[in-house]
Amino acid sequence: MNIVNLVAKQSAAIVPMPLQVKAAHLLYKTKVKLGVYTEFPEFVEAPVPDVSTLAIEDIDVSNPFLFKQGCWEPYFKRLRDECPVHFQKNSLFGPFWSITRYEDVMFVDKNHELFSSEPFIVIGQAPKELSVEMFIAMDPPKHDVQRQAVQGVVAPQNLKEMEGLIRSRAQEVLDNLPLDKPFNWVDEVSVELTARMLATLLDFPYEERQKLVYWSDLAGGGAQSTGGSNDMDELFKGMGEMAKDFSLLWRKKEAETAAGKKPGFDLISMLQNNDATKNLINTPMEFLGNLALLIVGGNDTTRNSMSGGVLALNKFPDEFAKLKANPSLIPNMVSEIIRWQTPLAHMRRVATQDVEVNGQTIKKGDKVVMWYASANRDERAIDQPDQFIIDRKGARNHLSFGFGVHRCMGNRLAELQLRILWEELLARFDSIEVIGEPEYVQSNFVKGYSKMMVKLTAKQ
Amino acid sequence: MGNITFVEHDGTEHAVEIEPGKSLMDLALDNGIPGIDADCGGECACGTCHVIVEGNGVSITGSASDAELQMLDLTPERADSSRLACQIVISDAMDGMIARLPEFQM
Repeated sequence: MNIVNLVAKQSAAIVPMPLQVKAAHLLYKTKVKLGVYTEFPEFVEAPVPDVSTLAIEDIDVSNPFLFKQGCWEPYFKRLRDECPVHFQKNSLFGPFWSITRYEDVMFVDKNHELFSSEPFIVIGQAPKELSVEMFIAMDPPKHDVQRQAVQGVVAPQNLKEMEGLIRSRAQEVLDNLPLDKPFNWVDEVSVELTARMLATLLDFPYEERQKLVYWSDLAGGGAQSTGGSNDMDELFKGMGEMAKDFSLLWRKKEAETAAGKKPGFDLISMLQNNDATKNLINTPMEFLGNLALLIVGGNDTTRNSMSGGVLALNKFPDEFAKLKANPSLIPNMVSEIIRWQTPLAHMRRVATQDVEVNGQTIKKGDKVVMWYASANRDERAIDQPDQFIIDRKGARNHLSFGFGVHRCMGNRLAELQLRILWEELLARFDSIEVIGEPEYVQSNFVKGYSKMMVKLTAKQ
Repeated sequence: MGNITFVEHDGTEHAVEIEPGKSLMDLALDNGIPGIDADCGGECACGTCHVIVEGNGVSITGSASDAELQMLDLTPERADSSRLACQIVISDAMDGMIARLPEFQM
């Protein structure tokens, strides 16, 4: 360990966390200035070429405009058909393998000893100075310990208690929507509802809940990590603010508990009440990382499934008629929405040894990207995969939650939120019409919407 | 031919005829037993076919593999004789076995 790292490690225990993030930012900027780091280039949007004009080795599905320009489907179909385990050696994120078929994604996801989740689970990386640690990007056994500390908060038993609260929050939002007049569904419904839920789960000041949305978008939207449009200075600044607010919240809860108050049933209280995580605040990068994980995990995903469901029912109007005639299809439709949307397009692994996948030899140390968005449209595993079918048989067998030890911890909360949203929508509105084309997020990771204009007609 | 009995969390019992060679998960799905989601389709990768075996089931079904234990660790309703139904291959010896379902699948 060199002297700089040693000092940094010792100071981590005494210097307040927001100052540490600030110092990390300065160090990062200095290294860029000195030429130690080349600054990651900003992505400039250009029309994505027709995939049929490309040689197979030139196909680069890390291009963050594939989803934004709505042309991802033929790209992944070509890989699935012609080269299901595909190597791209020249991407801006470095060389990587793409796994595109259902069966192969399942194999990689299941075998965590062959495919490590460390150090990052997105295609790119964060700057070293901001290398936060989160359990989604840890292997067992450390992963298991940290996950177990928090998974109780979203376990089905506890969700049962929260259903009434989730429903009343959904009702508040829906009762205030304009009728017969276009508005942006993404901001007014999807973002708003998920922010309310997150603030509740974290016991974060309710009136400041938009901060959670902002931090989540920042943490998930770096150019270097996922091809997003956020700049590095904003990222450091945002993470500094997040460190400050969550340190305060942590200390406040600690003081309340010390004063004899019964610990609440929120994520921070749960972390403080678990031996494995009660001192998490003393390891700032782990503290920040796990909070960012819980925020991003509960934000983009559900948000974009809330928008995706509306879009899907507009693209497949017969399914909306089917739904209105039979609302008991809602739970099955929720799984179908999550498959059809696949709000997180990929997860990344690193091979821990040479391993053969579908005839290709992946070398130890190679980056392996599981494209859930592609595998959820794999004709070999799913009948008519591009169709949105609300009474689809086996709708639960989608890959959007991942499989194996990293399977989505909040899956039941996501399903519950979406089920309640659709129950409340059907009770109020006759039609939910998408006006024009939605706008999509620039990212190779978040498959989502930045804007979708919608017009509601009240139920007669 | 013998029977295996699935017991729902509310106590409802479903006696199902044994089909040797089939997985306990498929037996439940094929007989419409509620409470088995089987999201991964039998790959030991999701933990949504969790059952708690009772009676002679504990000794006959053997012990869970490491991969299975790792998935079971993720469920808060885990008991000593918890198993994933997809990892149990049915045999005639399982006549009379009881498979209790948790309140929720994870």
